[in-house]
Amino acid sequence: MSVLAEVGYYEAWWIQLLKAVVIFAVVFQLVPIILLVERKLLGRFQHRYGPNRVGPFGILQPMADIGKLVFKEQFRPRTSIGWLFAIAPAISMMTACATVAIIPFSDTVDIFGTQVGLYGIDTSIGILFAFAFGGIAFYGLMLGGWASGSKYSFLGSMRAAAQLISYEVSQGLAIIGVVMQAGSLSLTEIVGWQEDNVWFIVPQLVGFLIFLVAAFAETNRPPFDLAEADAELVGGYNTEYGGGRFAAYFAAEYLNVLVVSGLTVTLFLGGWNIPFVDPPTWVDPIVVIVKIVLFSCFFIWVRATLPRLRYDQLMSFGWKILLPLATLNALVTAILVVIW
Amino acid sequence: MTPWSPGDDVVAVQRGPRPGGAGGAYRAFGETLRGLKTTFARLVEGPKTIQYPEEKVPVYPRFRGRHKLHRFEDSGLEKCVGCSLCAAACPADCIRVVAAENTPENRVSAGERYAAVYEINLSRCIFCGYCEVACPFDAITMGHDYEMSDYNRSDLIFTKEMLLAEPLERSPLRAAGE
Repeated sequence: MSVLAEVGYYEAWWIQLLKAVVIFAVVFQLVPIILLVERKLLGRFQHRYGPNRVGPFGILQPMADIGKLVFKEQFRPRTSIGWLFAIAPAISMMTACATVAIIPFSDTVDIFGTQVGLYGIDTSIGILFAFAFGGIAFYGLMLGGWASGSKYSFLGSMRAAAQLISYEVSQGLAIIGVVMQAGSLSLTEIVGWQEDNVWFIVPQLVGFLIFLVAAFAETNRPPFDLAEADAELVGGYNTEYGGGRFAAYFAAEYLNVLVVSGLTVTLFLGGWNIPFVDPPTWVDPIVVIVKIVLFSCFFIWVRATLPRLRYDQLMSFGWKILLPLATLNALVTAILVVIW
Repeated sequence: MTPWSPGDDVVAVQRGPRPGGAGGAYRAFGETLRGLKTTFARLVEGPKTIQYPEEKVPVYPRFRGRHKLHRFEDSGLEKCVGCSLCAAACPADCIRVVAAENTPENRVSAGERYAAVYEINLSRCIFCGYCEVACPFDAITMGHDYEMSDYNRSDLIFTKEMLLAEPLERSPLRAAGE
C-alpha cells in the first residue's frame, strides 16, 4: 500500500479519539460565540446595540436562533432531488469540521506523562489537506443549490462553483511563498519556522493580502457572498433550505470563517507565538483561540464595510488581478529563496 | 446657423479617474481602507440607539399627542360647554358631542350646557390639533401622550371620563435647550 502522506507524530488511538472530541467541542463552542459577536459588532459598526434582549446582554441569542431553526419543519420543494438535498448540508458541515483537524493549537506537550500533540493530526501534506477539503466543501454548496430544483438556488450554486474554483487557485498560489520559505507543508513546522524567525505576515505581506481576499471568497463572506446574495438571489444556494438543514449550512459558514481564520493565524500570524514573550505551554491554545476570534472580528469588520461585488467584477478581479499577483509573488519568493 | 452657445451657464463637471487597470486597483485598495476606517469610527462612537420601551424620546412642549379635556381648577367644573365646534372643525370627523342642559341640581360645566357625551375616536384622529384651535374655552388641548396602541378598535374610542382623567404621564417632556 502506498503511503499518501506521512504523519509527523501520533499517539495511542484512545488519545486521538479524546483529542478529536476535545478539539471539536472547543471549536464548535466558538461558532455560537462568533454568531453573537458578529451580530453585536455589526450593530456597533452601525451605531446600534445588536441583539441584547435574550438573556443578559443578549448572550442567549445564538441559542434562541438555533432552537428556533431546529424546531422548524423540514420541508423540501417537490422539484428537488431528495437524497442530494439532504446530504448537501452534511457535506458542508463535515468538510468544515474536517479542516479543523489540521489547525495546530500547540506543539506536542507533556500531559500527565504522555506526549500529546495539541492538533488533530500533523500530516506532511498539512495545508494541502485543507485545500482538499476546501475542494470538497464546494460540493456542499453546489449540490445543495442544484438539488433544490429552484432557479435562484441553481444560480447561487453556479456562482459558488465558479467563485470557489477561481479563488482557490489564487489562495493556493498565495501560500506557496510561505511553504517555500518554511520548507515544509506541515502546519506545525510552518509555525515552528515562525517561532525561530518572524511571522510570515512580514516577509509574505503580499501573499497574506492575496490569501485574505481569497479567503473571503472561499468562505462566501461579504463582499464576495455572491453565492448567497440575498438581495438578488433571495438566498442563493440555501433559498429552499429551512430548519435543521439551514442551521447546518449556517453553522458551516461560521465554522468555515473560524477555520480560515485558524489557517491564516497558523500560516501568517505565528500560530501560538507571541513575539518577544515566551509564555508557558498551556497558554498556547488560548493564544491561538484568541487570535482566531480576533481575526474573525476582522471578517465581520469587512462585512460591515464593503458592498457586494458585481459578478463580472468578481471574476475579473480573481483572474486578472489576484492570480497574476499571486503568481508573481510565488515567483519572486522562489527567486529570493534560491539566492539566499 | 451657429450652434446655440450655452455661455457662462456651463459648469465644468469634475470627473473621477476612469476605473480599471493598475491605477484603478490601487485606488480601490485605498478606498477599501478608507471604508474600513469609516466603519471603525462608528464602532468607536458607540451606539446611538434609544432603547424604546425603557428609554423614551422626550417630546417638545407643542407636541400633539392624545387629547385632554380640562376642568376649572377652582370650582372643578368642566370647561367644555358642548358647543360642538371641535366636532365641526375636525377634518377626520372623529369627535362626537352630545350636549345637555345644566340644571341647578346637576351642574357639570360653567356654561349653559355641557357635553353629556364627548367621544374621540383615536383610531380616526389625525392629530391635526384643529379641535384645540376651534375650542372657544380651551376645554380641549392636545397632550403629550403618544403611546395609544391597543388590541381592540373599540378601545380606542375615548370617552369623556377617559379624556378628563389625569393621563398617566408616560411621555417625557423635552427640557429647554435639549
